[in-house]
Amino acid sequence: MFSRKLFGAMAGVAVAALSATGAMAQAKDKIKVGFIYVGPVGDHGWSYQHDQGRQAIEKAFPGKVTTTFVESVPEADSERAIEQLARTGHDLIFTTSFGFMEPTLKVAKKYPNIKFEHATGFKRNPNLSTYAAKFHEGRYIIGQIAGKMTKSNTIGYVGAFPIPEVIAGINAFYLGAQSVNPNVKIKIVFANTWYDPAKEGDAAKALLDQGVDMLAQHTDSPAPIQAAEARGKFGFGQASDMERFAPKAQLTAIVDNWNDYYVARTKAVLDGTWKSEDTWGGINSHMVVMTPYKNMPDDVKKLAQDTEAAIKSGQLNPFKCPIIGQDGKEIECKGGSALSDEQVLGMNFYVKGIEDKIPQ
Amino acid sequence: MSILEAILLTIVTASTPLLIAALGELITERSGVLNLGVEGMMAMGAACSFAAAVSFDSTILGVLAGMLAGALMAALFALVVLGFAANQVGSGLALTIFGLGLSGLIGAPFVGARRDPIPHVDVPVLSDIPFIGRLFFEQDLFVYASFSLTILIAIYLMRTRSGLTLRSIGENHTSANALGLPVLRTRLLAILFGGACAGLAGAYLALVYTRFWSPGMTNGRGWIALALVVFAAWRPGWLLVGAYIFGAATVLQLHAQAAQFGVPSQVLSAVPYLATIIALLLLSIRHGRAIGAPGSLGAPFVPDR
Repeated sequence: MFSRKLFGAMAGVAVAALSATGAMAQAKDKIKVGFIYVGPVGDHGWSYQHDQGRQAIEKAFPGKVTTTFVESVPEADSERAIEQLARTGHDLIFTTSFGFMEPTLKVAKKYPNIKFEHATGFKRNPNLSTYAAKFHEGRYIIGQIAGKMTKSNTIGYVGAFPIPEVIAGINAFYLGAQSVNPNVKIKIVFANTWYDPAKEGDAAKALLDQGVDMLAQHTDSPAPIQAAEARGKFGFGQASDMERFAPKAQLTAIVDNWNDYYVARTKAVLDGTWKSEDTWGGINSHMVVMTPYKNMPDDVKKLAQDTEAAIKSGQLNPFKCPIIGQDGKEIECKGGSALSDEQVLGMNFYVKGIEDKIPQ
Repeated sequence: MSILEAILLTIVTASTPLLIAALGELITERSGVLNLGVEGMMAMGAACSFAAAVSFDSTILGVLAGMLAGALMAALFALVVLGFAANQVGSGLALTIFGLGLSGLIGAPFVGARRDPIPHVDVPVLSDIPFIGRLFFEQDLFVYASFSLTILIAIYLMRTRSGLTLRSIGENHTSANALGLPVLRTRLLAILFGGACAGLAGAYLALVYTRFWSPGMTNGRGWIALALVVFAAWRPGWLLVGAYIFGAATVLQLHAQAAQFGVPSQVLSAVPYLATIIALLLLSIRHGRAIGAPGSLGAPFVPDR
């Protein structure tokens, strides 16, 4: 679905495209920044937060930067949308879903003068940066909260797809829970969609029906946490603050904060200092923000705050070695005292204690 | 509440919007008109019902607004395919795209609002039947409406004169016209009915199923409803079966994952589609004779002058 802004942009295609290809890596007065979202801006979650970042850019550089977004772009069909932005004179293009990786790389190679930024991927090019947030840091904290507060000793997780990003989140969540409650069990359901409120809600209900009383989610709509609220159970907001959908159930939310990063990268293009980089920010760089801890006893709140502080200071790493795999064998520790970034970004195993198998 | 009851209750919720939307489309198609705009009308029903329900703080007004929105979209479709005898496939696809876009615009101010659950209404005596009573007679009004609609439509199509007229027009509009039957008027009413049903299904999604609105929340359910009509061979009873099999498979695959049966989730996600196709295929084989679409389905009708 094309935004109205894009139609406006398409009108000025010819002129803008000429000026874009003519410019080299030097300071610029006016630039256009484009965004590709996997869901609708109104998903209250993932795409919504990226759009907050886009708005932050508009606010930070009034008159200097114009922004465009294309929402609800299917991952399989994204190349066209990305190329469309490239052709309509955008200087910097953010593609904000893992599934956009190959199409982004392909278009980036075709348009070497345009800067690209791909979220949550690992393929780079001289004009293609990658960036992601260490959501697993937040998931470790909510895991501890869930492990402390569960009465049924069974915690649940609604995942989108069994991809490394989601698997790492499940492991961090479970390791957090295990650290305070060694016998806790976890049940996992993949909705096989990032965004289908009704199906996400059904997945949450299936987990709640099977005895789960703490629900974490890695899909984009507030339907799962709302299901927890309706059953008088607890959950955690995903991507954005979901308190208004579940005022009694939301214990905290892991908020993606892209604003600072987007503004910095836009400034780099304006200044002519943009370089292809790999950024992986966490709680310490404010890319991952925890909303206030609510609806929980003071001792659990204290524990969560202490863990957050320890992660922030670098004292605690959720994937601190030794990490034991499902087969009981220790995972090779490639990052010194903890798993290396590559190991986390490519995670394809469950840790010991998770009884489910990763769907292959 | 036992886990089995809990599962079955979720299945009822998952199946109801599919059944309601498909029943409307069934009437439309039985009159000989193929409306591929169900998804768009449903999206409009969801957006308008939610907007009205929040603005006036009334679920009833919300439901009415949803049905009205669906019917208005259908009226637009009727104008194009009946008034101008345009291609029904193209017009229906356009209606879906238009509906999805317009619903985004209408719903935008209501992103982030939420509604409280609507009350369940117990049917006296019947709700005391063990097991079945709780499942089918302690539901919300939408569920009762979907059951009543199924029965009423079955009676209407097979047992009333007006139903016979509708079917004849769908089978052969030229002959029906020669007999003096009101082809265009009947089709207009059938299209409007289909739109109102799609709108009602959308209202159910927004007001009961999720209780919040977000763009594109119908997520292909309109297309599933369309497919169900075909697989149910244009029969209301089979449609009920098909919708519930689809709903059941959708919910059960999620439970199978939570229960850790070890079947890949991607395979399980395909189960609803496979199960529905196989079940309805078996039904039609058992029935023993070929069941075709209404004879004039999709063909534009231009009266002789």
